[in-house]
Amino acid sequence: MSLTSRFASIRNGDSVDFSKVPVVPIEDFRSSILKMAAAKHRLCALFSQATDDRAPAGLLAVLADDIGGRLYLAASQPAASYPTLTPELPQAHLFEREIHESSGVLPEGHPWLKPVRRALADKTPFFQEQGEEVHEVAVGPIHAGIIEPGHFRFQCHGETVHHLEIQLGYQHRGAERLLSAGPDRRSMAVAESICGDTAIAHAWAHCMIREALAGASVSLRDEALRAVVLEVERLSNHIGDLGAISNDIGYLPATAYFGRMRGDFLNMLMLVSGNRYGKGMLQPGGAAFDIPDGMRAQMIETVRRSVTQVKEVADMFFGEPSVISRLEETGTVSMKVCEDLGLVGVCARAAGLDRDVRQDHPFGLYRFRHIPVIKLDSGDVFARAMVRFLEAQRSLEFLNALLENLPEASAGSPCGTPAGNRLSVSLIEGWRGEVCHVAKTGRDGRFEWYKVIDPSFHNWIGLAMALRGGEISDFPLSNKSFNLSYAGHDL
Amino acid sequence: MIDIIKNRIKQGYRTSKFPEEDPGLPERFRGRPVIQPELCGSGCAACVEACPTAALEKGKNGLLTLDLGRCLFCTECTAACPEGAVSFTKDHRLAASRREDLLVTGNEAKLAETLGEEMKRLFGRSLKLRQVSAGGCSACEAELTALGNVVFDLGRFGIQFVASPRHADGLVITGPVTRNMSEALRIAYEAVPSPRLVIAVGACGISGGPFIGSEDHLGGAASVVPVDLFIPGCPPHPVTMLDGLLRLLGRLKEDRVGGQDRRVVPD
Repeated sequence: MSLTSRFASIRNGDSVDFSKVPVVPIEDFRSSILKMAAAKHRLCALFSQATDDRAPAGLLAVLADDIGGRLYLAASQPAASYPTLTPELPQAHLFEREIHESSGVLPEGHPWLKPVRRALADKTPFFQEQGEEVHEVAVGPIHAGIIEPGHFRFQCHGETVHHLEIQLGYQHRGAERLLSAGPDRRSMAVAESICGDTAIAHAWAHCMIREALAGASVSLRDEALRAVVLEVERLSNHIGDLGAISNDIGYLPATAYFGRMRGDFLNMLMLVSGNRYGKGMLQPGGAAFDIPDGMRAQMIETVRRSVTQVKEVADMFFGEPSVISRLEETGTVSMKVCEDLGLVGVCARAAGLDRDVRQDHPFGLYRFRHIPVIKLDSGDVFARAMVRFLEAQRSLEFLNALLENLPEASAGSPCGTPAGNRLSVSLIEGWRGEVCHVAKTGRDGRFEWYKVIDPSFHNWIGLAMALRGGEISDFPLSNKSFNLSYAGHDL
Repeated sequence: MIDIIKNRIKQGYRTSKFPEEDPGLPERFRGRPVIQPELCGSGCAACVEACPTAALEKGKNGLLTLDLGRCLFCTECTAACPEGAVSFTKDHRLAASRREDLLVTGNEAKLAETLGEEMKRLFGRSLKLRQVSAGGCSACEAELTALGNVVFDLGRFGIQFVASPRHADGLVITGPVTRNMSEALRIAYEAVPSPRLVIAVGACGISGGPFIGSEDHLGGAASVVPVDLFIPGCPPHPVTMLDGLLRLLGRLKEDRVGGQDRRVVPD
């Protein structure tokens, strides 16, 4: 029996009858995952299907074949415990903590089985070093800027960071539970508020789930509109991050100019959707707002102007030797670490991983129009900044070409109600990386459970690794270069 | 260096003329909503049923009330109403001093009042604020950050975000106040010296917004601390925030829209 035959296989944005998903004993489930991972399949999601926090519960895994563009699904029979995957498969570390927290299922032998979202940080133990001149620095939950809350605990020797532990959960609002109660009139609003700077990617992921389960198709025009706003969202964040990075190193001209240009893209979302974050733009079945010709011309003008302006400021920024010397070899994560820990998005590509949902599991318009994947190999703050600049340029080119040739308006079919007892997975390449939604309907077509994996869920551990052996004073800059979401992680 | 100077000259002056001039928001911007009761059909509750956050309510008298504190300024109600009884204007002014002032029944808005004489004397020309996100999705936080950029340039009004609550005159709270943040928020509030202000920003910060009903949060800033200014939106536009702050400090000379009354927009 071939390995993949132990899994149900679907493409991104498809749905499958749940009875086609193999349900195997937990031992087989575990060993199949390890074998798939050894064959270069990536863990997109691993969670319990429990609807309350009492074990036993069945687990479900989604593995991605990024080369073949397929997703593999398998479920386990209900179990109260199983031998942990984490030591053999480090990318499972946080998934297993979440499983234990949400369902009580015990991953036996997990090296650090702490709460993820539900308990307060000061009630949980932290890894501690002992010794002369070793000291501990605790930061948060409230930080010194306009930023979301989280707790960071550093084990330091002088200025050198030996270990950073990141404890989140302060932002937990119960988003998954509210989504599981749907689909209903508030589902879209919740999806758009999982992580406000990624409202469009999460909205799209939710729409794709709804459309897959209902068997609805989206018109080409609406697919194009979605791609337009997703790339504008990427631009606003990438440009904003470049400004924030320049602020953290005290290079203020670039902070001011990138900061203003970020506004140009937020204003473009406002122009189209009436909201600077694109909330309300997407709806199951299509897009809520069209781009009429006058608006299209206005957007093309902004895009063209931005091509020049972004490059001018970026040339100034990256052309400054003192900027480069501050960014290079700061906060480095190797490709091996990224691969082992399953990092996604900008962080992974900055370390040389060829990983982008738009290429690997194309969805919507990206099935027909491609966008080149940018990757660098140094894995440091410089690489993460440069990847953002290069991706911003590719997004501008993509927008310019797409807005010049928007597909003709055509009637899409309205999205109906989901079919019963089906499971669907949607992956969207948000600006931070892979946004993953997985949902299953009960017999009545309502969700039985709904899981959300924001790219930050994969990537926070990357920030901790980037700090190892570095100086504690590099933390703000490294943190900014990852710019991960607390709310997206905490849900 | 010469490149930096050349680039600086090219960038020009970018600060918005607001509040002296109209903010010039685009056509699709959804600002202060207006209810036209004469258009609202009896027996129809399509808007009420469509609203994601139950911001709309139809009373026994058949009159609609829209709670700006819950409103996400989405288009569900306007799309659902066959008569166009609910609509959004381009008016960016939304901030109010009291929770009940956020209830809209027609074409009125009870906008924020200026602080009392003593508070105005203390904070009118220099206001330092500490921001606390207590479950905010980062959209409100991002717009608060945007207030500091060259376009909105909050500093020109003497308003500034500071790092420590002990240096602050007040808190700006975003998010529905998650259970896991409630203690930290209380501690931050206690750390701000009296007299102090509290400003609740966004639907979440006022009511819980899209997360209303979840047991993982307390339902907004007012559940933990007394609030002096409510700024609705999901997220509020930076000019809506700026308008609220300037109104609170009595720094707006004249209302450009409406006219007669500085606080109440007439029917």
